[in-house]
Amino acid sequence: MTRRKPIATGSDWNFEVLEAYERELARLADEYRLDTYPNQIEIITTEQMMDAYASVGMPVGYHHWSFGKQFLAVEQAYRRGQMGLAYELVINSDPCIAYLMEENTLMMQVLVMAHACYGHNSFFKGNYLFRTWTDASSIVDYLVFARKYVAECEERHGVTAVEQLLDACHALQNYGVDRYKRPSPISAEEEVRRQAERAEYLQAQVNTLWRTIPGRQPIDTLPGSTEDSDDPLGLRAGGRYPPEPQENLLYFIEKNAPLLAPWQREIVRIVRKLAQYFYPQRQTQVMNEGWASFWHYTLMNRLYDEGLVDEGLMLEFLQSHTAVVSQPGFDSPYYSGINPYALGFAMFSDIKRMCENPTDEDREWFPDTAGGDWLEAAHFAMRNFKDESFIQQFLSPKVIRDLKLFAIVDDDQEEMLEVTAIHDERGYRRVREALAAQYALSLREPNIQVYEANIRGNRSLTLHHVQDTRRPLGRSVYPVIRHLHQLWGFPVRLESIAEDGSVVRRYQWPLPDDEVQE
Amino acid sequence: MTYFIDRRANAKNKSAVNRQRFLDRYRAHIKRSVEEAVNRRSITDMERGEKVSIPTRDISEPVFQHGPGGKRTIVSPGNKEFVEGDRLRRPGGGGGGGGSGEGSASNQGEGMDEFAFSLTREEFLDFVFDGLELPHLERKALKDLDEVRPVRAGVSRDGVPSRINIVRSMREAYARRIAMRAPIRRALREAQEALAEEERKDPVLRNPSRISELKAEIERLERRLEAVPFIDTYDLRYNNLINQPQPSSKAVMFCVMDVSGSMTQAHKDIAKRFFLLLYLFLERNYEKVELVFVRHHTAAKEVDEEEFFYSRETGGTIVSSALTLVDEIIARRYPPSQWNLYVAQASDGDNWDDDSVTCRERLVKSLMPRLQYYTYVEITPHAHQALWEEYESVAAEYPDRFAMRQIVEAGDIYPVFRDLFKRRAAH
Repeated sequence: MTRRKPIATGSDWNFEVLEAYERELARLADEYRLDTYPNQIEIITTEQMMDAYASVGMPVGYHHWSFGKQFLAVEQAYRRGQMGLAYELVINSDPCIAYLMEENTLMMQVLVMAHACYGHNSFFKGNYLFRTWTDASSIVDYLVFARKYVAECEERHGVTAVEQLLDACHALQNYGVDRYKRPSPISAEEEVRRQAERAEYLQAQVNTLWRTIPGRQPIDTLPGSTEDSDDPLGLRAGGRYPPEPQENLLYFIEKNAPLLAPWQREIVRIVRKLAQYFYPQRQTQVMNEGWASFWHYTLMNRLYDEGLVDEGLMLEFLQSHTAVVSQPGFDSPYYSGINPYALGFAMFSDIKRMCENPTDEDREWFPDTAGGDWLEAAHFAMRNFKDESFIQQFLSPKVIRDLKLFAIVDDDQEEMLEVTAIHDERGYRRVREALAAQYALSLREPNIQVYEANIRGNRSLTLHHVQDTRRPLGRSVYPVIRHLHQLWGFPVRLESIAEDGSVVRRYQWPLPDDEVQE
Repeated sequence: MTYFIDRRANAKNKSAVNRQRFLDRYRAHIKRSVEEAVNRRSITDMERGEKVSIPTRDISEPVFQHGPGGKRTIVSPGNKEFVEGDRLRRPGGGGGGGGSGEGSASNQGEGMDEFAFSLTREEFLDFVFDGLELPHLERKALKDLDEVRPVRAGVSRDGVPSRINIVRSMREAYARRIAMRAPIRRALREAQEALAEEERKDPVLRNPSRISELKAEIERLERRLEAVPFIDTYDLRYNNLINQPQPSSKAVMFCVMDVSGSMTQAHKDIAKRFFLLLYLFLERNYEKVELVFVRHHTAAKEVDEEEFFYSRETGGTIVSSALTLVDEIIARRYPPSQWNLYVAQASDGDNWDDDSVTCRERLVKSLMPRLQYYTYVEITPHAHQALWEEYESVAAEYPDRFAMRQIVEAGDIYPVFRDLFKRRAAH
């Protein structure tokens, strides 16, 4: 055992001490092959942290009332003491920006550096979703561009016009991602250069699309018309537009909405780009937090083993670590869903365990991982999965037992809820599958796609909602299609399609006259 | 590679714009809350912000979501007694039942009915006084030229050394040097050319006296060139300050209240709230607001705040005594050329019959010409008496500066206040 010679004791910190600890963390992280972007660690005050919070983690953002609402909510909760501010906030950028609050104790600062600057940072750089969907080096540039562009539009077209457009775009921002196509990286200068050009080009394209509208009325308004015999000239034989359903609603709007002005298309694009930037974060919560927690735990323990921190600091650390990764049971008053820190930390720790001390069960369940090199296995998991597949792949019977996970089926056609699987031999697989599905974005959010834009007739837009196990849309559907209608400019229909292909329910905006009462 | 950046000194309030956008957007909601708060609040309580609630459904940002229904599987932690195949009753009413596993679906935001947040004191008062204005503030401000403040006004040729404008002085000096040297240089150049020409001649033809003459001339000119001073007192420029008349930014508010036996504590509370609103309003418009409390029954007396509101007197009422005292105090301490004068009077309307006429005369002849604004609130559910009628004739004479309203209960205060000070079309 090394002689104890802590870098600092007590709870006060200063920059020299932080730098010293940071150097040690960097050295240890390197030992564990954590590949990170350069760190930019910013010390900020509580008020600044609230600002950072309110802008949902964007270092610069355009102005919008919803961020103000967010800020007021944070401020209120903080003032009342309902919520401690998170100790850290880290931004997926290159260099990776991490915020430390000045009120934090020394332990907290070291913990945050380990957690954010090495945990999250290496995740941002390594995970395949982030590599595919985000561009750490250009995001800050792009945000600056976006902020300027929106501000210019506000000057030119008025705050209200821009605000209403942003409201509408925000309502659809979860549907602003191409899930299968990797977008090309862009930088701010490039963006400015291309912006004007694009505006013109886009408009021209839209014009071309809509020019195909024939001068005459579609014939189905004629009395007594029937299907085919009534279209001898094949006027409507052009097929559906778009030929394939489109899941990227914002992209479809940007390229095809008939009435939007070029600047409005650009703003739709900005919201879409930012949605895309946050897309990986929505799918890797468990992994990202688990990975960061796993590393702050490992690194802090190494610091302690080497005598660089004293017992007092370590005890303080353990207390706060346990609070972060605790998982109250479903019947606890503190329960608010599965804690991603707890689940992720348990899973990454378990990967390490099954490599170092594999049991027979592990060998049977994870023949490739059990008994192997834990660091290799952990890195592999971090790089190549998202929450859904990570759970599907790595949730072990041991973790299921530890957390006492169980699955319940809530079927509105049954009177009772049914427990379908618990933490036993028969249930492991089913629990694991159900939990993985719970994290699948495709099941969490309704599956809605553009089905048809009626480019030859009344220009209405039809969306399809493909139901998953008969789950209907929530009440928010009307406000959302109202927003969509604002963007599209012509009637918008939404049809819920059951698994057998039949239409279960239709929504439309504007409401037909006889339904206005609803 | 890592760097630390200390951002603590940077501006906070990065969210100020967004916050303001939010407040603007929900102006109507917030105003309603503020109005309720003003009527509800205890008297000493205007000095803080206010908690405001807005129904969540009004400020939600809708996105497509799953609604209740259909079939879904929920995984939850912490199983104690369930085994596979157990059937459970649905937890009633949602919300309370963790067993239904809020799971990842809990962020549907339907838990909270109200979105609550705090306004700062400033924001709160902004809403309280939104759309109100102090009458005649400007007219008074122009008339009132006694106070002056030094302001920068260009440059001048004289001043004290501490206000020398170096750039301008050096520029003047440079211009003067160019101007003064130019003729000398020209003469010098001519002399030098003449000399050179003379020296180019054949030695036989040279005129030695001419040469020495030219040399002496050149030397003299060079000395003169040297003698042009680099800087001269003539060049100096000073930043000029002039005294600009300032609109008076001081106001004094006279609170006049009837404390005769007929005024109950409830009456006084209402009066106090009214005074307080007026005070806060003045405070926002003037740098300095002084308060003078005058209470009266049959005789008037200047008192401090505590005594004004809480001590009790009985007896009859002579309103003119208070007006006389106000008049005296103005004459003694608050010259109208320096102070904006406001009087707020609260009473239940009782007065000695003969006295009401005296009041009107004193107001019309002596007080009103000097005052910015006079507000009179009568706190009574009963019919008006002589005082009200006399005051009505004052109001007719000074329609812009004299305002009177009746208050029946506490809820009337804020509407009446708004009514008294609402922004009028430009007069």
